[in-house]
Amino acid sequence: MSQERTPCIETADLNLWYGSFPALKKVGLQIAAGQITALIGPSGCGKTTLLRCFNRGNERFGNVSTTGEIRILGKNIYDPDVSLIELRKSVGMVFQRPNPLPLSVFDNVVFGLQIHNRRRDLSRSRQEEAVESALRDVFLWEDLKDRLHTRATALQLEQQQKLCIARLLPLKPEIILMDEPCSALDARGTRAIEDLMYSLAGRYTIVIVTHNMAQARRVSQECLFMLLGELVEHSPTRELFLNPRNPKTAEYIEGRYG
Amino acid sequence: MSGRRKTAVLTEKTMEALIRLCGVSAVVFVFGIFFFVFREGYDLLPRLDYREFFTSIEWYPTSQNRVRYGILALLAGTFSVTVLAMLLAVPFGLGAAIYVSEFCPPKRRETLKVIIELLAAIPSVVWGFIGLTVMNPLIIYLFRVPIGLNVLNGGIILALMSVPIIVSIAEDALKAVPDTYREAALALGATRWQTVYRVLLPAARNGLLAAVLLGVGRAIGETMAVLMATGHAVHIPTSVFDSVRTLTATVAAEMGEAPVHSDHYKVLFVIGILLFTLTFLVNLIADLTVRGIRNK
Ligand SMILES: Nc1ncnc2c1ncn2[C@@H]1O[C@H](COP(=O)(O)OP(=O)(O)OP(=O)(O)O)[C@@H](O)[C@H]1O
Ligand SMILES: [Mg+2]
Repeated sequence: MSQERTPCIETADLNLWYGSFPALKKVGLQIAAGQITALIGPSGCGKTTLLRCFNRGNERFGNVSTTGEIRILGKNIYDPDVSLIELRKSVGMVFQRPNPLPLSVFDNVVFGLQIHNRRRDLSRSRQEEAVESALRDVFLWEDLKDRLHTRATALQLEQQQKLCIARLLPLKPEIILMDEPCSALDARGTRAIEDLMYSLAGRYTIVIVTHNMAQARRVSQECLFMLLGELVEHSPTRELFLNPRNPKTAEYIEGRYG
Repeated sequence: MSGRRKTAVLTEKTMEALIRLCGVSAVVFVFGIFFFVFREGYDLLPRLDYREFFTSIEWYPTSQNRVRYGILALLAGTFSVTVLAMLLAVPFGLGAAIYVSEFCPPKRRETLKVIIELLAAIPSVVWGFIGLTVMNPLIIYLFRVPIGLNVLNGGIILALMSVPIIVSIAEDALKAVPDTYREAALALGATRWQTVYRVLLPAARNGLLAAVLLGVGRAIGETMAVLMATGHAVHIPTSVFDSVRTLTATVAAEMGEAPVHSDHYKVLFVIGILLFTLTFLVNLIADLTVRGIRNK
């Protein structure tokens, strides 16, 4: 536990406003590489916003201003020499509702490769290998190997969400951000995604937002608790749930347990 | 108390009846229009020489020795002006729709949409006037041709008239694409343009097709502007600088002089039936494709 790991994501004094509304206030954190870190907190406290900071996904919204520093793998992502495209290749994101593109299963998995490579550098066989390996990694290969050309939007939700994880893998990301990846799934689907997260942890640094305390306890090694845009507590998960340091954390997790 | 309730029920019933009447009247009007156009033209239908009608370029409806009703040149006029209009309007219209819906900052989007709607509200006779007094001398000056009332002029005017329709329908189609697709593509590192052509355009395909078809329908059916801008020569055009005459312009120009219930009068109504059928088909196809998106 005490072994020193290089922080994979680091922020210092991070503030973010939507217009004049402060959504993140002085957030400073360090997320260790190769682990699963859970991000919990009540609705509207800024979890999604914080997650989107890590791939600069907030920039789509016109009225966002950000101050402070965000370092991914030691590199400030607002440095002028940072390419947004490279950043998003190395920081993948999975969303609350499974959102496969309206293409075939195959095309969903190779979408990333296709947009980042010239067509002639991307042989059919390389694409096929990428699809097989990505689908094997998310335990979908056996189910879908004969249906690679069906529309991804016609799959079951659980399969869709796994596919959304699979399509990140050919880009060899360092970090996978997951925003409540199981909230649209049933218990079985949730189980399956959690199993998948265990098997991906180590190879990838995973940050997961969840409203489900039990899930945070099951999957994560470290846990971040946020409230009204502020980072209240960051501890190893066991500690945070057994001995919360901050009374607000205690209130939140107790409130949740009833 | 119960008296008041009775009035309330009565008002409710009346309103319902009125609204139903409005709905039904649309159907009645469409059939009514078709019926009257058909009635004026139908007794010429069995007597018409269809070979001449469709394949001859000789349109002499008032000739002393032999009247000839060949609409080939008029068809060619309509066709050439419409095709040119679409060649201009489709790329501009779709491009503008993509810009407005995907690239433009929100404030400018609102302004642009208002302006585009304004463009759609300009009466066609005003467009014709622009064709006559602005485009005509401009074309003569720029291309050094003797006359500026031609296919090019009509095509540009019609393009300007169809662009707003294409933009607003295409923009709706793009907006109907779920935002989660954009989110997904951008998070994978796609640029905005890659997102547009790899994800949004295929996803909005049917709506965009409908936008184009409704633009075509507008162009085929337009009368006043082409009447004023195309130069009124019954002639199969060989270049965009040739004057032509369209089906619609012919009907509009000759209806006043043709004696009621003469064959000339009736043949104009037959042209009306033809136009009605054409635009009906185009709109039907557009409608079916729009329905195609909704059902997906
Ligand atoms: N694009 C936006 N424009 C303006 N305000 C926003 C935007 N996105 C989020 N907000 C606001 O910022 C605050 C934080 O939102 P965020 O989505 O990050 O919360 P969250 O913790 O993910 O909530 P939830 O648990 O409901 O997903 C909320 O008050 C929200 O209303
Ligand atoms: Mg959220």
